[in-house]
Amino acid sequence: MKLSGKVIGTAAALGATLFAALPAWAQDAAAPAAEAAAEVTVNKGDTAWMMVATVLVMMMIVPGLALFYGGLVRTKNMLSMLTQVLCVAALAMIIWVFWGYSLAFSGEGAFIGDTAKLFLSGVTSETTAATFTDGVAIPEFVFVAFQMTFAAITTTLILGGLAERFKFNGALLFAVIWLTIVYFPMAHMVWATGGYLFEMGALDFAGGTVVHINAGIAALVGALMLGQRTGYQKEIMAPHSLTMTLIGAGLLWVGWFGFNAGSALEANGSAALAMINTFVATAAAVLAWVFAEKAAGHKGSLLGAASGAIAGLVAVTPAAGNSGPIGAIILGAVASVVCFFFVTVLKPKLKLDDSLDAFGIHGVGGIVGSIGTAFTMLPALGGPGAEDYALGSQIGIQVLAVVIAVAWSAIGSAIAFAIVKFTIGIRVTEEVEREGLDLGEHGERAYNY
Amino acid sequence: MKLVIAIIKPFKLDEVREALSELGVAGMTVTEVKGFGRQKGQTEIYRGAEYTTNMVPKIKIEVVCASDIAGRVVETIQSSANTGAIGDGKIFVLDVGQAVRIRTGETDQTAL
Repeated sequence: MKLSGKVIGTAAALGATLFAALPAWAQDAAAPAAEAAAEVTVNKGDTAWMMVATVLVMMMIVPGLALFYGGLVRTKNMLSMLTQVLCVAALAMIIWVFWGYSLAFSGEGAFIGDTAKLFLSGVTSETTAATFTDGVAIPEFVFVAFQMTFAAITTTLILGGLAERFKFNGALLFAVIWLTIVYFPMAHMVWATGGYLFEMGALDFAGGTVVHINAGIAALVGALMLGQRTGYQKEIMAPHSLTMTLIGAGLLWVGWFGFNAGSALEANGSAALAMINTFVATAAAVLAWVFAEKAAGHKGSLLGAASGAIAGLVAVTPAAGNSGPIGAIILGAVASVVCFFFVTVLKPKLKLDDSLDAFGIHGVGGIVGSIGTAFTMLPALGGPGAEDYALGSQIGIQVLAVVIAVAWSAIGSAIAFAIVKFTIGIRVTEEVEREGLDLGEHGERAYNY
Repeated sequence: MKLVIAIIKPFKLDEVREALSELGVAGMTVTEVKGFGRQKGQTEIYRGAEYTTNMVPKIKIEVVCASDIAGRVVETIQSSANTGAIGDGKIFVLDVGQAVRIRTGETDQTAL
């Protein structure tokens, strides 16, 4: 079984035959190869690429996601959106170094790692993390930093569903709890050797389950637990600057090459495949959303095109290295139309106030992408699956992985939001909400003309 | 002295200003305003959320002039701001009690 061979581990610890039998979690298992140092070489090209990829993901958060979300809120809540994204990301980075990396990537438990690398204990500039090529590694600090940006962006994605009413200190406390009980175990389950979903053989190149389904479901749970914004579906809540939303969407798209192609962990053909797919799936999704608007009797809109881009990027995340370009185009277009339907038709009927559609695009798009990856593997669609690739059983594995991700995130997120709600409070007062979170929570205005 | 207030379509501002200058009107105050009359507002859609805005953007011009030319000022605005479509706006004329130029202290017509 060839699949895409996206399995890493220590070169010495696991034999090549075992690798061949295990399918495709892109960034799994960086059990660092310190003990095998004699046989492992650090490739300078790979290292350079991974450092660039890491900062590209950083750019997705600040300013990318911050501006994308910021443009979508009303003027009076602009700074609250930017501050929450910036500070939650910063907090996630500190937690990642303190205990996140250890819980996610140290040890071989089924559901969570161990505490051997708390405070990055034992990680030095000499230790390495394995890539997908036997005997080739990258410095462990690069892997730690790359994965750190994933933890940070996943947590900030959730904020979109709770925009314009989530308390600032509540957001910070939520981030600490959610990362610890939801994200770190999920990252371990999916990407680390011994992880439950990893061993099951599900396909997830860059984080459709860990990042997008995980954040999307958390946003859905949060939106339900916070309740609707005051005046929802009665007052005008139009985005205050779609110009900034497009700037943010563009930065997200560019940064996503680091996210997806970086998940190859090497500068090679697999990264190149992820790169072309990240272009074309997104392009197809942009057009699909605009055409869907036209078909629904509306005008083709910029917000629609930008939303389509994000839906396509989300959908291609699990498929990036597990698809040919044509399969990626189909996947991007399908995910875009499904997200369009959910966001514009279903959501208003459900009276769900997922403010900036963190669930509607990341959750829904992530589910379509994760299940769709079973199809994009097909050689008939130009996918990298082998001749004997068994679509039926892979669909079963993908669906099961999605169900586990949804359930884990839903339960864990509900616990995290409940703790915040019953301790320091989760929602600003109605007075602050009316006046705007910028003044009420931060004592500033975004624009002083 | 009369205060002429005109609510017009924004793109007609330059034409109105030029026509009034030819008439000898030496100054005006312009404000961007919103409002509604017979003209329908716009429907905006953001990811399926539809907002109908009843308020239409307009320009408000305020001109203070001598009473004897007020009639011609009104005529000039009426002809230069006219497109023949709904939403062309309205003109109101009010009496003005006093005018002062702040720099010199000149009053009434010499202050205009």
